[in-house]
Amino acid sequence: MLEISNLDVSVRSKGRLLPILQDVNLTVRRDETLAIVGESGSGKSMLALAITRLLAPVKSFELRGKVVFEGHDLLTLGRREMAAVRGAGIGIMFQEALGALNPVARVGAQIVEALRQHRAASASAARAAAVELLRDVGIPAPEARIDDYPHQLSGGMRQRVMIAMVLACEPRLVIADEPTTSLDVTIQSQILSVLRELRAKRQMSMIFISHNLGAVAAMADRVAVMYAGQVVENAPAAEIFERPRHPYTRALLAAIPRVDRVRDLSVIPGVVPRFDALPRGCRFAPRCAYRAPACEAPQVLAALDAAARCCRIGEIPGVAAP
Amino acid sequence: MTALLEVDRLRKYFQPPRRWLGPEPRPVRAVEEVSFAIERGESFALVGESGCGKSTVARCVVGLLEPDAGSVRVSGRDLSLLRRVDRRAACRSVQMVFQDPYSSLNPRMSIGDALAEPLLIEGMLGRASVRDKVRSLLGEVGLDGDAAAKFPHEFSGGQRQRIGIARALALEPAVLIADEPVSALDVSIQSQILLLLRSLQRSRNLSLLFITHDLAVVRNFCDRMAVMYLGRLVEQGRVEEVLGAPLHPYTVALREAALPPDMSARAGLARIEGEMPSAVDPPSGCHFHPRCAVRLDTCRATYPAWTPLPGGRTVRCHRIG
Amino acid sequence: MSVAQRLRLRVFPRLPKALLLGGLTFLLVCALAAALPAFSPFDPAEQDLMQRLEPPSAGHWFGTDNFGRDVFSRVLWGTRLSLLIGLGATLAGLVAGGALGIWAGFKGGWADAAVMRLIDVLLSFPSFILCLLIVAVVGPGVPILIFAIGVSLVPKFARVARSSAMAIGGREYIDACRTMGASDLRIMVRHVYPNVAGELLVLASLWTANAILIEASLSFLGLGIRPPAPTLGGMMLEGLNVLHEAPWLTLMPGAAIFVFVLMLNVIGDRMRDAVDPRLRDV
Repeated sequence: MLEISNLDVSVRSKGRLLPILQDVNLTVRRDETLAIVGESGSGKSMLALAITRLLAPVKSFELRGKVVFEGHDLLTLGRREMAAVRGAGIGIMFQEALGALNPVARVGAQIVEALRQHRAASASAARAAAVELLRDVGIPAPEARIDDYPHQLSGGMRQRVMIAMVLACEPRLVIADEPTTSLDVTIQSQILSVLRELRAKRQMSMIFISHNLGAVAAMADRVAVMYAGQVVENAPAAEIFERPRHPYTRALLAAIPRVDRVRDLSVIPGVVPRFDALPRGCRFAPRCAYRAPACEAPQVLAALDAAARCCRIGEIPGVAAP
Repeated sequence: MTALLEVDRLRKYFQPPRRWLGPEPRPVRAVEEVSFAIERGESFALVGESGCGKSTVARCVVGLLEPDAGSVRVSGRDLSLLRRVDRRAACRSVQMVFQDPYSSLNPRMSIGDALAEPLLIEGMLGRASVRDKVRSLLGEVGLDGDAAAKFPHEFSGGQRQRIGIARALALEPAVLIADEPVSALDVSIQSQILLLLRSLQRSRNLSLLFITHDLAVVRNFCDRMAVMYLGRLVEQGRVEEVLGAPLHPYTVALREAALPPDMSARAGLARIEGEMPSAVDPPSGCHFHPRCAVRLDTCRATYPAWTPLPGGRTVRCHRIG
Repeated sequence: MSVAQRLRLRVFPRLPKALLLGGLTFLLVCALAAALPAFSPFDPAEQDLMQRLEPPSAGHWFGTDNFGRDVFSRVLWGTRLSLLIGLGATLAGLVAGGALGIWAGFKGGWADAAVMRLIDVLLSFPSFILCLLIVAVVGPGVPILIFAIGVSLVPKFARVARSSAMAIGGREYIDACRTMGASDLRIMVRHVYPNVAGELLVLASLWTANAILIEASLSFLGLGIRPPAPTLGGMMLEGLNVLHEAPWLTLMPGAAIFVFVLMLNVIGDRMRDAVDPRLRDV
């Protein structure tokens, strides 16, 4: 469905070319959820913007590589063709619904607008479809809420409205960028449940971007872990959580507290490198407990599935060789 | 023996300004009858989702807000009274670490000046002693002495939070309030800061009031906890007991909504419906009853009283009592 | 830190380099303008009735006026006077307006309401009319002009200072100061002002140009400094009578106003761009 090959994204700043994303290779299959996990500075949000060509035109970004969606390389499409892909082909869902929704338009009107853009429908048919969409995303009494303004709704409701808007165009791939991060934990559960259910019902593919490993575990079929602009591990969800390979993934899982038991938390020393001061070889090496002289050379992702970008995979205790 | 920090029947309402030609608007009942106590050296978590009033409680305890009713006592002394009579002593009792590392430091002030500020306001140390103290505070939170000449934008989020902690400790408070101290930080940095807080608590025998929504953090770093919903506490007790076997339906829901980072999370979604209602017009009786899966008729009528249980545990629920 | 460094940090808190550079340029231009009269070849009041209304020549670069006075010298002196009044008025407006605005924005409540009403009243007069009124009532003179133009600038500074102070007052570091027992005065001076200073300084550089224009306009209407003191506006007024025979009498001072104001505006714009967060780099 979506295949990203050797994607490089750089930005020109103060005369220098800074690499933001490097050598990204990912695939998303039909009817599958790929989660992209990373912290700030990992480039995960940049990835979403890059593949949908939504990077801010004010700054000078340079993209290289291929992003093939249903047979077409998105990076080569013109503006109009790309606009056609967005919406009906790829739907994008953002973190803060308040920013994504027009504050002076009623909620129903915004959904209807999205509906009528992607398929010809009469006003009344579109309105009825909008009510159904609101019902699908779990908004109670949708016939009443359809005429509300965004500020009259709670955060959770707004997020559901945004999901409804995205689904109105019946996309085949949905990119959800931190859709529940700003929400309370009980609401987060509800929204994730709605997302999971609708994705399965409509058989869409999904790219789920988050830094919350619990949410990722609940939603993903496959997981790609990103660090400092590179994909450092790519594996089925069960593999990532039960047998993590890359030292960063392992360190991350060991540093997170759990509700169900008390344990000693490990600390990852240092900070994420900035894009203008990246280490020459393995980007995680300065903070890695297993670093060796071999890590000074640039690391490669060996294969597309079940792979980790680490030269010492076979030598790290407790990690099975691929 | 009285506990170090005692909060007794705290109440705080907010009155929105009256519209020009409208009726007097009803107050927001942010905090209603909140009582809890923290012993010396203990770490106490106040848990809840946004809008429940936990930050308001924190601000009342530290003195940024004046409560409408109830009292806050440190070592038996009423803090509101103390603030009027001996402000220095009040500031030395309770201090706070703030949530957002990007707005909790003055961008135009060097770190050294920012840390010296509380000491200068207190006015008890000379210039040289202040400099030494700043240096030692920086060391305690794991930063170099030369950080004093730098400005906030030169530091990462985690480092700024360390500076915020150092600032809060400058006046040697007996009670430290941490209001969501790691929510704005990356996951891999959170453990650094939490471990720092724990070690500081031990070395200084601090009492820690931890305000958070993250149950995993509570489980690993706190001794006792209270769960707050729509302005009231609904359950209190030791952390292992409350999280190991939650009793109040809301605590149960919170516990289930905390998704673990492993495949068992897949089964754990959405057992609870609805959202927290507004604090202006809370539901009658038990505030949680509209969302409660096991509600009874009495739940709609009266607010349940505290049911004391063994081990200092208490719950407010008609089903358990 | 040395005394000079301390002073710099207190009054001009750590500001972006470009802003400081712009500020320095601004001050340099002002210092130069103030020193201009040192270059004046003639005494601006010296009359030479033999050489009335002479066009520009080697001896008199800008020609002479109808009293035989050297126009170039008068322009130099006039520029300095305009600068003195403009800068003085802006400074007065900055200090008074800034303080009022910070106090109103930070304290809120009745203080804010009172200051806002005052600002509304002052703003309901176009600045020019306000100055006219004050001068008409009290009479002309350099201090009066500085006061009048300054008063008309107060609401503009106060508004910006107030909205900035309101935004800053809600920041967590202000709460932190309160928990440490800081008094409101200390917070306003040590914490709010430094964060507002940048915007206010940019505003000051832009409004200085405006203040100079107001002064020139007032003099042009005969309401500013009275002759024989050389003012750019006054000179333009005198030159109106003989516009056909001796256009340089009006053009030269007009050009001086134009060039000076343009320079100040450009510097002010650069300074503002330096603090505009949207133009910051990645």
